[in-house]
Amino acid sequence: MKRAGTIATVLGLVLTAPSVALAHLVNSGLGPFYDGALHLLLSPGDLLGLLAASLLAGLCGARAGRLTIIVLPAAWFLSGLVGLNLIGTLELPWLSVISFVILGVMVALDPKFHPVAVASMAGMFGIIHGMLNGSALAAIGAGPMSLFGIAATVLITGLLISAFVVSLRAAWTRIAVRVAGSWVAAIGILMFGWMMRGAG
Amino acid sequence: MKNINHRQLSIVIFLTTIVVFSWPSSVLAHVESGQAGGFFSGLSHPVSGLDHVLAMIAVGLWGAQLGTPAMWLLPVAFPMMMAFGGMLGLMGIPVPGIEIGIAVSGVVLGALILVEKRMSLFAAILIVAFFAIFHGHAHGTELEAGQNAMLYSLGFVLCTGTLHGIGIGIGLVHRWEFGRLALRGAGSLVMAGGLYFLWGALA
Repeated sequence: MKRAGTIATVLGLVLTAPSVALAHLVNSGLGPFYDGALHLLLSPGDLLGLLAASLLAGLCGARAGRLTIIVLPAAWFLSGLVGLNLIGTLELPWLSVISFVILGVMVALDPKFHPVAVASMAGMFGIIHGMLNGSALAAIGAGPMSLFGIAATVLITGLLISAFVVSLRAAWTRIAVRVAGSWVAAIGILMFGWMMRGAG
Repeated sequence: MKNINHRQLSIVIFLTTIVVFSWPSSVLAHVESGQAGGFFSGLSHPVSGLDHVLAMIAVGLWGAQLGTPAMWLLPVAFPMMMAFGGMLGLMGIPVPGIEIGIAVSGVVLGALILVEKRMSLFAAILIVAFFAIFHGHAHGTELEAGQNAMLYSLGFVLCTGTLHGIGIGIGLVHRWEFGRLALRGAGSLVMAGGLYFLWGALA
């Protein structure tokens, strides 16, 4: 235990030690990776769908969660590779919103789905958003490393959220998850309106 | 499985904190004001009108008074139907008597809390969902130019949900005898507020 504490302190000191701050991570090659990771974290449309897919996986149990965290990032990454090689940029905001509204409604209704069905829905969501991300990345000259950053963030975020939901035991916490799903659906429904008006 | 003790958990949290704070991130000299503004204007919009605040809190109060599952299912139904109302507004589909509908929502929800009315879950959801359309139609559509619609919607829904949560939190006093009376008193205040707004809408 004492050794673990020492290791933690040393690691902490090493990580917080002052070092040269580089604005461009060209040398390390990690710039595009972080760009991808941050792209996802700063894209509410992607995040809301990821949140809903992970919540649904968690509600449907540990097996659904395990399958989803394999299928979702894999689908996101592979379809992203396809998107990177498309000619022209895909502009399908409707599809993106529909996908997270459906997932949000599913979470709010809390149906008992088979784990494979949950993973399939998450995979469909991953395919749609991966394709859109890949296409957008191609337009700005980014490559597979950015896509890898996105997929890694999808994996970690999905894993944390679905594992958290699986661990919930009290009845009210499960309903709180359903409330979160209804909020995702509500945001999506409002987005339909904004897109109709041309402000989306 | 071996349980993680408190000390190990502290070390994990410590390490995670260090990693998070030392993680390289972009420093932007200019915050995208339209983006951030969209979220904050959505977040502040529901609390800018007392009529909206009263109804949101009343939904939570009534839910708490009815107990589970209504306490949780009313706040599930409300935001979805409110968003539907907002969508109708954005599509230009008119809903007659918006302001009257909003004021009546305060009167009806306040009266239901005042008389501690019990009814089936379906009927309760139907009432709340009906009034949610008016609130969404009136308030969900007021995006300022140049702001991000997605973030506005996010802020708007989050704030509405928080108001329900506040209502539920207050409504939990229902478990005590004095709390039941206090809750009915709060219902009368909501009803009085609704009547005031109804007077304004009809005048």
